[in-house]
Amino acid sequence: MYSWIWRHLPGGTPSRTLISLVLVAAVAALLLFVVFPWVEPRLPFNDVTVD
Amino acid sequence: MTDPDWARREDRTEPWDRVPALGGPPPRSRPPVPGSPAAAEPVDERAERDRGWDSWGEAWADDEGHDGDWDDAPHGRGFWRSAALGVGELLVTAGMVLLLFVVYEVYVTDFLTGQRQDELSTELREQWADESPAERGSITQVEIGDAFGVLRIPRLGEDYTRVVLEGTEEKQLAQGPGHYVDSAMPGEQGNVALAGHRVGKGSPFLELDAMQAGDPVVVETRDSWFVYRVLGDDDPSGIPGMQIVSPTTVSVVSPTPDAAADAAPTGAYLTLTTCHPRYSARQRLIIHARLDGGAISKAEFPDGPDALYER
Repeated sequence: MYSWIWRHLPGGTPSRTLISLVLVAAVAALLLFVVFPWVEPRLPFNDVTVD
Repeated sequence: MTDPDWARREDRTEPWDRVPALGGPPPRSRPPVPGSPAAAEPVDERAERDRGWDSWGEAWADDEGHDGDWDDAPHGRGFWRSAALGVGELLVTAGMVLLLFVVYEVYVTDFLTGQRQDELSTELREQWADESPAERGSITQVEIGDAFGVLRIPRLGEDYTRVVLEGTEEKQLAQGPGHYVDSAMPGEQGNVALAGHRVGKGSPFLELDAMQAGDPVVVETRDSWFVYRVLGDDDPSGIPGMQIVSPTTVSVVSPTPDAAADAAPTGAYLTLTTCHPRYSARQRLIIHARLDGGAISKAEFPDGPDALYER
């Protein structure tokens, strides 16, 4: 998977490295600011109230 | 992510060149040596570029238009190899995502909540400063989601300060400790019930298990300070200072803790609830405190009551 992506990135090693880092950062940001905030309330270990 | 076959690429090891007898496809031609007859052959640039990067697919790169992608692999040894590699990469990726989630829960939410607390604190103080006495509504008129007070617990740190919001939905708890909607307001007879996260979201109640009998829990409102003190085990009311209960024990936030929800209050109490044990929601850690004295005017004690500084 990762080598497939690597092979399909344009340019030489410096360009591919740069694009890879950008991609990793984009995925991390998506997870941190979109996916995790959505998933979190649905997980069972955050209940602090009695009800 | 580095190429899994980096090392191989480094020393340019190419097994097919060395063990053609195993029955694989014929080795790819080496780069033409100048002056040799092979130099006349055209060099497939793309194949040259992929060389080494595509070690598993390389075995199937041939002259029939296949580019060596693993999709082209027949269902043989190479298929299983690439399948195993793919599964391995997925597992490693899943592990990284889970690790990132832990980082999110423990650090990123702390950071976000900290920022939000700073905003809330500024807004609340501006609101308190702006309101003229005539405009001031009663503190009982607080909308859900509004900040209405500041909680200080010296046992949890000299500078422990948390803005308290009305409501105990996740939306409020993500910003700071939340006040159970139907519970008493600070200073009133009854039970001021507050919920807060144990881990993450600023971890307001992370170390609540360190509370000891007599520890002050100070609530600051627009005009007053209210000092509550954690109950001792020998308290005549029989209410424990700290208890661990099941998540359905709603009586801990009753007007009189541990009494019926509709019983008349026997005093002015404050109750803190959070999850227990840490990182779990199996039980709830409960702290009960009782109002010590009455309202302390902020005009007289702008820096807070003595209880904040007794340690």
